Amino acid sequence: MDLFTKFIDTYPVFLKGMLLTFQLSIVSIFIAIFIGLFFAFLKISKVKALERIADIYIFLVRGTPLVVQIFIFYFGLTSINMPDFWAVVLGLAFHNGAYIAEIFRGAIQSIDNGQLEAGRSLGMTMGLAMSRIILPQAIRRALPPLGNQFIIALKDSSLASFIGMYELFNVATTYGSVEFDYMSYLLIVAVYYLVLVFFFSIIVRMIEKRMASSD
Amino acid sequence: MSDFIMIKVEKLNKSFGNLHVLKDIDMTVKDSEVVCLIGASGSGKSTLLRCLNYLEFKDSGLVIIGGEQIEKETHDLNKVRARVGMVFQHFNLFPHKTVIENVIEAPIYVKKISKEKAIIEAKALLKKVGLSDKENVYPSKLSGGQKQRVAIARALAMKPEIMLFDEPTSALDPELVGEVLATMKELAEEGMTMIVVTHEMGFAREVADWAVYMHEGRIVEVGHPKELFSNPKEKRTKNFLDSVL
Ligand SMILES: Nc1ncnc2c1ncn2[C@@H]1O[C@H](COP(=O)(O)OP(=O)(O)O)[C@@H](O)[C@H]1O
Ligand SMILES: [Mg+2]
Repeated sequence: MDLFTKFIDTYPVFLKGMLLTFQLSIVSIFIAIFIGLFFAFLKISKVKALERIADIYIFLVRGTPLVVQIFIFYFGLTSINMPDFWAVVLGLAFHNGAYIAEIFRGAIQSIDNGQLEAGRSLGMTMGLAMSRIILPQAIRRALPPLGNQFIIALKDSSLASFIGMYELFNVATTYGSVEFDYMSYLLIVAVYYLVLVFFFSIIVRMIEKRMASSD
Repeated sequence: MSDFIMIKVEKLNKSFGNLHVLKDIDMTVKDSEVVCLIGASGSGKSTLLRCLNYLEFKDSGLVIIGGEQIEKETHDLNKVRARVGMVFQHFNLFPHKTVIENVIEAPIYVKKISKEKAIIEAKALLKKVGLSDKENVYPSKLSGGQKQRVAIARALAMKPEIMLFDEPTSALDPELVGEVLATMKELAEEGMTMIVVTHEMGFAREVADWAVYMHEGRIVEVGHPKELFSNPKEKRTKNFLDSVL
């Protein structure tokens, strides 16, 4: 049986896996953005205790393997009856939040201080100047590295296979072991990932283009 | 010109760490007066302006704006800033907003006036600074002189009692300086109280009611611009004027 027939025979199952991969990554990234923003604000708060909290969080995430983090979330959260899907999503969000926090922090700090001063000199509160002046510019600047992080998150979601979620990678290895043909299914799953990543990149580029229209 | 005192500064001091930047500054500016502030780079001119609208906090001394003594403890400083317009050397326009959006932003979100009203007022201001045709353009498409005129319109949109200008023409190509000074002159003629840090001596002579020379954080000499520039009493003032003229 050649690769193409295998592809045709298995695509309904792979598409389901792709959907799960897509859901895992989209939902976890969505949550990670809020976690990231939150910790980015702690980092730039100029309040030592808050900065320290953010540092510890980032240290923990960077200093431990993602697969360990996912397992800790999985066993921790399913023991309090959280569904598998959400346990994995929160594990991924916890992980990506740290990287996204650093992306946002860098982007916010890259905005010229004159922007904040201009806003404040017009009577804006710190919060208003942040939300109306600084963040819109920072988010624009953060988009390319964020897009990059999204793609990493998408590929990292393959680790969910270790706890038995039938996302793309698990589908591939299951077919591989049942049919004693890992190579074919790994090549097939690589194509699915490429398609997903390609699709993601296009969306990110579209958003970037729309936001860049002012420059 | 009335005798109402718009700004009064008494014994104002400000340090950054060990650096004592403003030393016992005293200054009184009446309604509709235009004051030019001159002095070498690093003499504390910007810091003085920034203390007047509380972008920096004074260490000690009094700042009285429109008859009210302003203190961190008793005043909402955001409201105070809204009353004192500021124009920066590098314009600091919001690059993600069009010209008119730059102008209506604070009236809508700080003063909470309706968008319709803000737009009508912004259009009038843009007309006044000669930029009616640039309403819907982003700042990146403007020349430096146009940017600074938008920045002036943006500050005026808050209907400030006082306007502070921190070297408004220093970042401009020489051929663009005139249009900004003309706008400022018009504003002065309308009776706006203004403190202007500038080295445009021609403007100072023509428009300013008096000039202040600052040196190392102190006001060294005050006088009518023509008098101060041609007949400085202090040696330090003379040395400075010789170096810039
Ligand atoms: N935020 C700050 N932190 C530390 N030093 C500052 C700060 N702002 C200004 N200074 C210092 O204060 C002095 C006066 O600066 P400034 O008011 O900008 O002078 P000018 O506008 O007359 O050139 C300079 O030595 C400058 O380096
Ligand atoms: Mg200065």
